[in-house]
Amino acid sequence: MATQEICRVVSNTEVGTGLFALTMEAPVLCAQAQPGQFVHITCGEGNLLRRPISICDVQDDKMVVVFQVKGDGTAWLAKRREGDTLDVLGTLGQGFQMEQLGARPVFIGGGIGVPPMLMTLRAAKENGAQPEAILGFRSKNMVILEDAFRALAETHICTDDGSYGVPGFVTDILKMHAHEFTSICACGPKPMLRAIAQIAEEQNIPCQVSMEERMGCGIGACLVCACELKLRDGEEGVRYGHVCKDGPVFDSKEVVW
Amino acid sequence: MDLRVNICGVELKNPITTASGTFGFGHEYGEFFNLSMLGGVGVKGLTPTERLGNPAPRIAETPMGILNCVGLQNPGIDRFIEEQIPFLRQYDTKIIANVSGNTVEEYCGMIEKISDADVDLIEMNISCPNVKCGGMAFGTQPKMVEEVVSAAKRYAKKPLIVKLSPNVTDIAEIARVAVDSGADALSLINTLLGMRIDVDSRKPILSNVMGGMSGPAVLPIAVRMVYQVRQAVDVPIIGMGGIRTGRDIVEMMLAGADAIAIGTAMFADPMAPVKALDELKAYMQQHGIEKVTELTGAVQL
Repeated sequence: MATQEICRVVSNTEVGTGLFALTMEAPVLCAQAQPGQFVHITCGEGNLLRRPISICDVQDDKMVVVFQVKGDGTAWLAKRREGDTLDVLGTLGQGFQMEQLGARPVFIGGGIGVPPMLMTLRAAKENGAQPEAILGFRSKNMVILEDAFRALAETHICTDDGSYGVPGFVTDILKMHAHEFTSICACGPKPMLRAIAQIAEEQNIPCQVSMEERMGCGIGACLVCACELKLRDGEEGVRYGHVCKDGPVFDSKEVVW
Repeated sequence: MDLRVNICGVELKNPITTASGTFGFGHEYGEFFNLSMLGGVGVKGLTPTERLGNPAPRIAETPMGILNCVGLQNPGIDRFIEEQIPFLRQYDTKIIANVSGNTVEEYCGMIEKISDADVDLIEMNISCPNVKCGGMAFGTQPKMVEEVVSAAKRYAKKPLIVKLSPNVTDIAEIARVAVDSGADALSLINTLLGMRIDVDSRKPILSNVMGGMSGPAVLPIAVRMVYQVRQAVDVPIIGMGGIRTGRDIVEMMLAGADAIAIGTAMFADPMAPVKALDELKAYMQQHGIEKVTELTGAVQL
């Protein structure tokens, strides 16, 4: 159920270069948030469109979102301080299908795709699963949420430039351990998701991916955030799903890579 | 306070409708407000068969505006009639069906079919900038407007609104031709053709290179065009383009609109139509206006 809530900022801290963790009081949104969903935040007067940001964590009536400054809107958001208010729509989209995870799910995040995996991993653990995390970052100064993940599960960290953790990509680590996992949940850049989907297919592991696309309304009315999907009955051809309403989480076998 | 307006014999409870293409079929915004508060609902543009639309990215931003190249993604007219009309009829609001075609024959077929469905008004889209055939190609040349509107009119059993493109040299001329060819009412403006380039990659942001611009940034253009069209023709006008607030509604009506549509503003605030209605009432109260129709064309030069 999409709701509009005016949320008070509790804290906003830079957790990596250009990366901010913002905590806000959002009792209504917190009560309905599902792992993998996102919120749509108004970012200043001059920017017409809201900015879609994945939910990183929910604790009681407080919601944490972690975002990267990419343009005017997110730069505005980075300047919010305790006591400021935000106009937030949420909680939006289809999150991860938790009942499909099995006993040993792995949660893979790449860069700004890492935050939504935290709430998802926590939920899987609370359901009795024994999760693991593989987190990839460009370099050491972009590493975020390491302690939060380590407190919950065995966590592998890698960096593209080798400045922290294992040098290389999340897929290098996944390939070594893939046979141990009952399912994969992943969020990150499309090339990373494509590579993960391929490994999942080869090893026959169920895989859910959280996709990103330029978004408008965020609720499924304007039809701009199109994601190319295969036809349901295995026929030749494509259809467009919408990241905001049909996703952001899709079955990796459904996506046209 | 009387908010009712009349479009070709169809009474809207207030002048606020939703702009086609921004509102889907109402399900999504229906989670935020009761659709019965709207004078009318303009639904996503329909075509004879399902259309997938263009690949992503379909949206780009600009200060106080957006550009889109959705490309008329819709399930086709038959599924609209079967699945969506029953949903919308749960609400006490008028249904404005927006239809498009690739050829004159397709427009005629669409209008014949939708005339027999349970809708209140037909909006004929001859102004979509995001499809290869049809669309804007029909709406920018007077001869084509005459051909397609006069042919379509013969099949219309409901009031026919023709939606005009702003991407023309003389909007008044196009309006006159549309009315002379049988348009019962006009709606304007559709989006303005625009383009944005990502300067880092040097590539266009939109998959279709160009797209239609909408949002508060285009309001002055829409107001100007409604004003020019009001001088040129006597049929009802539904004014749209950049309306966000109650005062924007008043401005559009003063320029000559009988009713208005809100579109892109809802992407920023889903409650925009509800807030705008409250603001319109407040304006009328403050200025001692009894009937909202008093505003239409009442700009003082």
